[in-house]
Amino acid sequence: MNKKFSLMLLAFGAIAILSGCEPLTVFNPKGPNAQTLSNTIILSIITMAVILLVVYVLFAFMLTKYRASKASADYEPPHEEGSHVLEITWTVIPIIIVAFLAIVTVKTTSTVETTPEGYDNKEPLVIYAASSNWKWHFSYPEQGIETVNYVNIPTDRPIEFKLYSFGPITSFWIPQLAGQKYAMSDMLTTIHLAADEVGSFMGRNSNFNGRGFAEMEFEAQSMTQADFDQWVKDVKANEKPLTEEKFKELLAAEHVGRSSYSSTHLDFSPAPMAHGDMDMGGMDHGDMDMSDKDMNHEDMNHENMDHENMDHSKKDAETHSH
Amino acid sequence: MSMEELFHPLQEPMILGAAISIVVGAVVVVAGLTYFKKWGYFYKNWLSTVDHKKIGIMYIAVALLMLFRGGIDALLMRAQTAVPDNGLLDAQHYNEIFTTHGLIMILFMAMPFVIGLMNIVIPLQIGARDVAFPRLNAVSFWAFAAGCGLLNLSFIIGGSPDSGWTAYFPLAGTEFSPTVGNNYYSLALQLSGIGTLLTGVNFITTIFKMRAPGMTLMKMPMFTWSILITNVIIVFAFPVLTVALALMMLDRQFGTKFFAMTDGGMDMLWANLFWVWGHPEVYIVILPAFGIFSEVIATFARKNLYGYKSMVMSMVVISLLSFLVWAHHFYTMGHGVMVNSVFSITTMAIAVPTGVKMFNWLLTMRHGKIQFTTPMLYALGFIPIFTIGGVTGVMLAMASADYQYHNTMFLVAHFHYVLIPGTVFGVLAGYHFWWPKMFGFRLNEKLGKAGFWFIAISFNVAFFPLFILGLDGYARRMYTYSESTGYGPLNLLSFIGALGLAVGFALICYNIYYSWKHMPRNEKADVWDGRSLEWATHSPVPEYNFAVVPTITRLDEFWFAKKEGRDITAGKIEKIHMPNNTGTPFWTSGFLFLAAFFAVFSLWIPAIISMLVVFGFMAHRSFEDDHGRYISVEEIMETEKSLRGDK
Repeated sequence: MNKKFSLMLLAFGAIAILSGCEPLTVFNPKGPNAQTLSNTIILSIITMAVILLVVYVLFAFMLTKYRASKASADYEPPHEEGSHVLEITWTVIPIIIVAFLAIVTVKTTSTVETTPEGYDNKEPLVIYAASSNWKWHFSYPEQGIETVNYVNIPTDRPIEFKLYSFGPITSFWIPQLAGQKYAMSDMLTTIHLAADEVGSFMGRNSNFNGRGFAEMEFEAQSMTQADFDQWVKDVKANEKPLTEEKFKELLAAEHVGRSSYSSTHLDFSPAPMAHGDMDMGGMDHGDMDMSDKDMNHEDMNHENMDHENMDHSKKDAETHSH
Repeated sequence: MSMEELFHPLQEPMILGAAISIVVGAVVVVAGLTYFKKWGYFYKNWLSTVDHKKIGIMYIAVALLMLFRGGIDALLMRAQTAVPDNGLLDAQHYNEIFTTHGLIMILFMAMPFVIGLMNIVIPLQIGARDVAFPRLNAVSFWAFAAGCGLLNLSFIIGGSPDSGWTAYFPLAGTEFSPTVGNNYYSLALQLSGIGTLLTGVNFITTIFKMRAPGMTLMKMPMFTWSILITNVIIVFAFPVLTVALALMMLDRQFGTKFFAMTDGGMDMLWANLFWVWGHPEVYIVILPAFGIFSEVIATFARKNLYGYKSMVMSMVVISLLSFLVWAHHFYTMGHGVMVNSVFSITTMAIAVPTGVKMFNWLLTMRHGKIQFTTPMLYALGFIPIFTIGGVTGVMLAMASADYQYHNTMFLVAHFHYVLIPGTVFGVLAGYHFWWPKMFGFRLNEKLGKAGFWFIAISFNVAFFPLFILGLDGYARRMYTYSESTGYGPLNLLSFIGALGLAVGFALICYNIYYSWKHMPRNEKADVWDGRSLEWATHSPVPEYNFAVVPTITRLDEFWFAKKEGRDITAGKIEKIHMPNNTGTPFWTSGFLFLAAFFAVFSLWIPAIISMLVVFGFMAHRSFEDDHGRYISVEEIMETEKSLRGDK
């Protein structure tokens, strides 16, 4: 245990020094799911360091002991076919290591794909996060508000981000809270996370999606439930509702600053179906007309997207399936 | 499309400069060939050759040229990101550069380098006089060269592809990429892919049907084994690319919706097809390198390869697993825990056979007598550096952890840690190792070793910082970042490493010139005291490879024959049947190039006419009566005498 601890300390120390004493983003988690991933990564680094050490020691040994300059001129290397014992050893040991890591992977993958531990007794807050061009839209159906390019979350509640995209595939990532996931135009994906403490975190799209990709960041801010409620109240009181016209304008824009609205776009432009709910028939977006000839990159003419006809209800999916 | 639009890339001063230097270079070559009256020589000996050795040399020449082009791209990328908020490149230019860097380095540098070496070495290692289908081999090369030319042309006329070498839809569709860049992508890759597929068919046949008498499969040298398995992967994987690219072309140019966001199109279908080809592709470029390291390490440890059978077995297992791991490229697309777990396990499983190989190489050196030649330095450098790439690969294979590495510099660092010490060190080891066999003189060892050290050290300086940046949340493919992120210092360090790499590659190129000028000629057949058959014949190798085809009784026959004082090349010389040279592959591919070029701009009439000419050439070939020719016994005796040096 002590040995393991000192190894951990060593790994942490090395990482801290390399990054100028501020822990690297991935190793500075502020929520249970990011914590799980950070632990998994550190565990795998330690395992891999051991493997590297074995290879390096063997390598150094062979190079120092068996160099030509050390051997006598008439030394004739023997013929060696191989050794069953050795070959079985270096097959079985890696299999054991891989099996160990496989168990860790399956366990941690299912952990981060569900409501974080310790938060599972609370109803998750669902936030829809959709990307368009180089910006993010966050819709809070429960609160009936919407934001652009920033997202506020309460600390003592599990959060479910429902992701999709109005265009190319993007990847939603707040490294200090959870791992990333793709946002796609034809299906909904989910990220589970929770924030342990109050703070401001960098969030971004990490999947290349064209010219404005580098600037496609947003701020994720966690606050106490009381502050969150106050903020929601302020938005509801002070911001205008999001009209369909305004939303189309937002979609067409390339980059925009932050803004808030006292209603969501989900009412007139519902999100696609979740991955699991979908079968082949369910992917029929026939009613969604984007093939307009006039459409080009400069002015993505989303007026032509008839979102009202986008009916993703389960019933529709079943009638289409075979 | 207006002329202005067509040549819009030239408005960028840097691209204009590069375009001018390409034109000037071409004019110099053409003028030189004309002035020295070398057109006839050039056409007869190179453009129309079917000799596997010359085709191999042309592949390597293209690979080195593309290494230069891809390397410039890399330097520009690193220069742009060396400091925060840099304005050297704009986003569009940066996006084109990282796209072409990936495409060129994988498909037009690593692939031709590997295929070039296999062309030169395989027939020699198995004691054959050429490949099974020499003319098809020329078609392969010229189709590849046409694709390569087309992709490079994109950067002058019409604009390069700019949606990543993975060209994910819908970003690569016409809605978000309206320029012709991705038309170039689909057509250039299609042409070179056809060339590669034909190479696969050719080399499988060659290795199965044309081995020297007595050389059973388990008596083949390890490089030959690696190439056999590589080509089996090619034949299974490349048709997927062919189909995917055809669908891409239909989507972009004929309005179909396979990968569209509407009408039932599936964007992730492209990602799946791409990686069903793309992952095996990784092993297509890495297994030959494993083969080269096996040859080089055995030769310079002066010992037979340890665990031959498990080496073969591990490559077979790797080739099977390579088709079962593609979804690990998008763990983050939201398929369930079950799917991600299965692909995690298959991916991590690859570490087992790779580990077996690593230990076998290490144990080959035990009790050996290690000589530190340039090729051996690359093989030795491979072991510690590639292992870092390998273990980080296992880390990335863990689906949960990958949610934090995906799309970051950690991933970029990982695959460069696999591809550079693996593939690039491998082909450079092979290049230094077999150079005297190709040209009859060695490359200078001092310059070769200096090149190695520059590359090995600079590589780590350039790429290790990227692991740390990735863990700090630095996403890949960002053309710039702000100072507040704190990514500046490590990026600067990485740029310094990139400069060092450039110096290393410059040394390698200079070494060609230096050695050509200064190294002694008349290198003996067995340059390195080698083990396999290519060292039994002269350096450079005569057209017919072996005056007498040796008979094989065991692995490393040549090595044991030397020990026992036997000459395995002795025997009665008979007339040798050889294929005729032909210019048709060159001209066929020329018209294929034209057809593809017109197709890029959807100019269908000239494209169809060019295609008809291609079919015309093919029809002509079907009716052509060409049974090759014989080299007479006298001529062979004459050649052998002069190559042996007895006047």
